[in-house]
Amino acid sequence: MKHDLVLRVIAKILIPFILLFAVYVQFHGDYGPGGGFQAGVIVAAGIIFYGIIFGLETTRKVMPSWLVESMLATGVLIYAGVGVAGILLGGNYLDYFVLAADPVAGQHRGIFWVEVGVAVTVAAVMLKIFYMFGGRGQDPE
Amino acid sequence: MAAAVVALARSRNLFAVIVLGGIYSFLMATVLVALDAVDVAMTEASVGAGMSTVLLLAALYLCKGEEAKPVRKPWLSLAAATIVGGVLVYGTLGLPAFSDPGSPIHVHVAPRYLNDALRETGVPNVVTAVLASYRGYDTLGETTVVFTAGAGVIALLRRRRRQAREESAK
Amino acid sequence: MSAFSHFSYFVTVFLMVAGLFIVIARGNLIKKLVGLGIFQTSVYLLYIVPGKLVGGTAPILDPAFTRYSNPLPHVLILTAIVVGVATLALGLALVVRIREAYGTIEEDEILAQDGETPNGDGPGA
Repeated sequence: MKHDLVLRVIAKILIPFILLFAVYVQFHGDYGPGGGFQAGVIVAAGIIFYGIIFGLETTRKVMPSWLVESMLATGVLIYAGVGVAGILLGGNYLDYFVLAADPVAGQHRGIFWVEVGVAVTVAAVMLKIFYMFGGRGQDPE
Repeated sequence: MAAAVVALARSRNLFAVIVLGGIYSFLMATVLVALDAVDVAMTEASVGAGMSTVLLLAALYLCKGEEAKPVRKPWLSLAAATIVGGVLVYGTLGLPAFSDPGSPIHVHVAPRYLNDALRETGVPNVVTAVLASYRGYDTLGETTVVFTAGAGVIALLRRRRRQAREESAK
Repeated sequence: MSAFSHFSYFVTVFLMVAGLFIVIARGNLIKKLVGLGIFQTSVYLLYIVPGKLVGGTAPILDPAFTRYSNPLPHVLILTAIVVGVATLALGLALVVRIREAYGTIEEDEILAQDGETPNGDGPGA
């Protein structure tokens, strides 16, 4: 019981910082190392940490399966959607220059949304795989 | 890293194998930082040492096994691996020397990316600019691959849960 | 010195051969997957080492630096790492299913069980 208490306290302190760090890595990916993939994996790692300490059932209440599965598809759709937006605004598929009045600002916007899409999908996949592996072991053989 | 790999090959306790794999990934991430590949090092450290270890441990928990003693000594495999290694070393002698600025990889497209990335995209991190803008299609494909892997794992591991639920509902 | 300038390639080839050896010589499926991961990381080294320029820095543009290491292999390897973990996840899902179907994850025992049923159905399918 004593070990559980230490782990729970540490987890409660650390997990917000882990998630905040993931958001930092995501948005600071333009100016330093980072970007969508790293941020997605760090988000998943934070939530998996929560799941290991507090149990899979509690984690499923916080991040239900249907939410994770829809995040899975939403990320890819965001990415493809940026491409379609390029077509709708007059350019080629995945053309960022037409997304804003100024081509460089358009690039910024395009890269931002693309990285968001990548992070969402990667985080959802890692989390879903953990749910699958974790949920499997609790089945009666 | 070589020591970690040799210990991994010889160890029969699967938990030790997985932990040694995690150590190897962290060492690889350190080497990558020394090679100026900071984005790759961060990804390798988080994905290779973090995610892979978690997945392997979860699978080990589900499989619960130790490696059995091999029936015969793997001399043939060792010989085959050494021969392949020898051929590869012979092949790499023709590759450019370490840190050669005149090698083909530095001459064609990379200077254009390095010179024009800030002006065209406004993003100082050239790796992010190339990944998301110049080579955006590749990243779209990769995101789809990750999605497919997730869908595949769902397809492989889901059916039994529904069967168990149906059996318990009967 | 030719040996020193190609030393990084020797390390890469050693790791590659070690990963290959683990995959073909060890029977346990999980260990094979770990060996495959080692093989993949050696390929990452193979791509990134030629991109490094001594005296250069990470490819993040900054007015203080003029010489950068090549960013192109970094992009390719970033994709490769994520695809590698996706492959590992799928492989592990298959290993879990094999364990449930055959009761073991040793290659020899699985092949022996397959050999016992000549119509190739597998036990208890």
